[in-house]
Amino acid sequence: MDMALPVVNATAAVLARVSAAFNAPLARAVVFGVHIDGHLVVEGLLIAVIVFQLSRKSYKPPKKPLTEKEIDELCDEWEPEPLCPPIKEGARIDTPMLESAAGPHTIVDGKEVVNFASANYLGLIGNEKIIDSCIGSLEKYGVGSCGPRGFYGTIDVHLDCESKIAKFLGTPDSILYSYGISTIFSVIPAFCKKGDIIVADEGVHWAVQNGLHLSRSTVVYFKHNDMASLASTLEKLTRGNKRAEKIRRYIVVESIYQNSGQIAPLDEIVKLKEKYRFRVILEESHSFGVLGKSGRGLAEHYGVPIEKIDIITAGMGNALATDGGFCTGSVRVVDHQRLSSSGYVFSASLPPYLASAAVSAVNYLEENPSVLANLRSNIALLHKELSDTPGLEITSHVLSPIVFLKLKKSTGSPTTDLDLLETIADKVLKEDSVFIVTSKKSNLDRCKLPIGIRLFVSAGHTESDISRLSSSLKRVSASVLSDY
Amino acid sequence: MVRLPYTTALTTLFSYGLLFAFGQLRDFFRKFVDWFKAKNVKGYAPICLGLEDFYVRRLYLRIQDCFGRPIASAPDSWFDVVERTSNDNNKTLQCTSNTTRCLNLGSYNYLGFAAADEYCTPRVIESLKKYSASTCSVRVDGGTTKLHAELEELAARFVGKPAAILFGMGYVTNSAIIPCLIGKGGLIISDSLNHNSIVNGARGSGATVRVFQHNSPAHLEEVLREQIAGGQPRTHRPWKKIIVIVEGIYSMEGELCKLPEIIAVCKKYKAYTYLDEAHSIGAVGQSGRGVCELLGVDPADVDIMMGTFTKSFGSCGGYIAASKEIIQHLKQSCPAHLYATSMSPPAVQQVISAIKVILGEDGSNRGAQKLARIRENSNFFRSELKKMGFEVLGDNDSPVMPIMLYNPAKIPAFSRECLRQKVAVVTVAFPATPLLLARARICISASHTREDLMKALDVISRVGDLVGIKYFPAEPPKIAEADAEITS
Repeated sequence: MDMALPVVNATAAVLARVSAAFNAPLARAVVFGVHIDGHLVVEGLLIAVIVFQLSRKSYKPPKKPLTEKEIDELCDEWEPEPLCPPIKEGARIDTPMLESAAGPHTIVDGKEVVNFASANYLGLIGNEKIIDSCIGSLEKYGVGSCGPRGFYGTIDVHLDCESKIAKFLGTPDSILYSYGISTIFSVIPAFCKKGDIIVADEGVHWAVQNGLHLSRSTVVYFKHNDMASLASTLEKLTRGNKRAEKIRRYIVVESIYQNSGQIAPLDEIVKLKEKYRFRVILEESHSFGVLGKSGRGLAEHYGVPIEKIDIITAGMGNALATDGGFCTGSVRVVDHQRLSSSGYVFSASLPPYLASAAVSAVNYLEENPSVLANLRSNIALLHKELSDTPGLEITSHVLSPIVFLKLKKSTGSPTTDLDLLETIADKVLKEDSVFIVTSKKSNLDRCKLPIGIRLFVSAGHTESDISRLSSSLKRVSASVLSDY
Repeated sequence: MVRLPYTTALTTLFSYGLLFAFGQLRDFFRKFVDWFKAKNVKGYAPICLGLEDFYVRRLYLRIQDCFGRPIASAPDSWFDVVERTSNDNNKTLQCTSNTTRCLNLGSYNYLGFAAADEYCTPRVIESLKKYSASTCSVRVDGGTTKLHAELEELAARFVGKPAAILFGMGYVTNSAIIPCLIGKGGLIISDSLNHNSIVNGARGSGATVRVFQHNSPAHLEEVLREQIAGGQPRTHRPWKKIIVIVEGIYSMEGELCKLPEIIAVCKKYKAYTYLDEAHSIGAVGQSGRGVCELLGVDPADVDIMMGTFTKSFGSCGGYIAASKEIIQHLKQSCPAHLYATSMSPPAVQQVISAIKVILGEDGSNRGAQKLARIRENSNFFRSELKKMGFEVLGDNDSPVMPIMLYNPAKIPAFSRECLRQKVAVVTVAFPATPLLLARARICISASHTREDLMKALDVISRVGDLVGIKYFPAEPPKIAEADAEITS
């Protein structure tokens, strides 16, 4: 009891002192007439500490840039791949060498052969009038034009050629390019920019694919030559899409597809385009001078007025037997390209003798429309004779001058297919002197259509040429494909 | 190097600002006028938005007659320029049937093969009769003739590489080759002033593209070090391969590329080099073999050499020269070889004959004469222009010389006044050059005689005084100095 009392007394004294301290006049300050208790000071200090901690940055490990020595080491260690991959064994690299003009009969490696490998549809190679006009042009202007169109490279034959083509097709104006494949891959990026929508056939050839890639627009592919697939794609893109009204929309098709020989049904495409408000870019390299009553192309063939197709491009290296390309459409379309199409502005213009060859070729076609009837009868005859070839079937359209034969039963791998077809082509050339070729594919090409043998029919072929080809092909394919 | 005076920069900016303001004002009023007329078919977005072609409509159309002038004869040293008139203030131009005979300072005719030549033209006509104007076929199908094989061999021998491959157009050569050599995961480092075909090829390949300052090997080294150390963007994996693309002569500057230093840098960092000799092959070098010969670089050090036949050989088309393996790989996979119509046989024959003349294999020394003449002409012309006080860009020995104009109003003034005095020049403005740096570009040819050059200098000097482009003080004529010495 005696020990407890002093402890209790001590505790009470301490408590009294603490409470005195808190209740001391110092602890009770008067700030602006307001009484402040001592505990408020402690709380204020705590808040200050919390605020201080929050305001400090979180800990990040410091960033150290690479030192010069480290960069040197990395550069020494780095090993690049070789510039080209090693050549595969057994790859065929020799191409047959021609020793005369590539007409219906030509000389290959010293032998005279029947030529089904040149797209000489109207038989204009070797035509006297065209060669005379070229000679006149060469003597007057020389070979090259030595400048782009903007800098004294525009020669009066170019202007003549442009107006001649425009008048032939019935369009207001046209523009010439100096190379066939550069036409389409310069036209597409000139009109289609980032944010536009393009609907293209999946069987278009490499130049069109390159143009689509360079344009940076959104590209949607539809099944090859399938109008139902096109309609559903267009429906999907425009349904519920309010923004679709403000951006430019294009459909890109070829008239005769190089990769398969099919013909695009232009009347249905125009109906769809008007329904969904798209513009059409039509690539007519293989149908200009071939389809239609007078050779004016796919629009004449289907009876569609030419104003309904917004942009038509074509390479002149096929029916017109010259080089270069053209694009035609309304005045706005053509004028826009003169300043913003890269293949036109940044490249030298077409050599003048090729432009005069084009003018003579179009003149010839206007004066002799019977050459189209020859071509058509040759194609029909070839279809009839090749319809029962063992192992091969014709998959191209009956009017297409590119007759496409593919294997009835594929071996399963594209390389063996190609090997078989190349063997057939080699044997036909060596044993029967008929020159045919298979379709070649680059590894940059994303088209997945099957490969086959491509026969280019010309109006200059005779019936005996065609029977020679068909009998040789039937014989060789029977022997080569008999095991498959 | 362009030394832009301060006052000129201010006045040029002011001029462009004024033109821009006027253009916007006219567009504003045009919007009212168009509101009443429905121009576009309902439901279709316009094929060209208003903002995209503002420059064309409001600035370019005013001076449209300075560009795209048609000619009615061969682009030789003197040619006939067709006169054009306009009824609607330069919006459309119509050709008349009058022509003016002018001195040609604009065509790429460096060695004078542009017009009919006594050795080349008969052979070209012969080959035309034998092979016709076109083969209508791609190279791998039925488009290879003996001429193509001969030219590939000859081009490889001329340039100094083991093998070569031919294409029908120079632009397509670049755009179709670069995607074959490099793809995703690779890096392309190209000079900031490279040609549009190289830019297109680089974009089409899918590789990452970086740019280094024009003609600066130090900056190239910096970029290489940074990129190799950093690796591919985001994943930081090492690059698959690096290709550095430069040109031999830059057509808008007239400068030669600093090839030896750039090759040294590329060798140190194991990058591949691609040299585009569009303007320099045939035009520079002791025997016409291009920048490699001029600057003393061994062709084996450059991995891929590309060139065109349009400028010095008077034909069309392009080539790539490299090792046998690379050329074989290109022959199997390059889309321009597999899908494009082969080069026209008469054009091939023209190049073969032109190369034979340059090498002297035609039995005369016309080739050596032409090469000496173009060198003399370029150096003489450049030094005279500099003495008169013009600002001329470019290095010695380069046949391309740009004269700086700067102000947008001086472009049509210089061009039209020179045409009135029967000299045809080429003027270049935005977008081919930076906005403030408009220029007139002169291309000298081996077929220009001394009288032609004196006339050109006389006309340019007079027009230069009229227009006010002699930005530097002219050197006093030598006779005055000699007189001063005698009298003193």
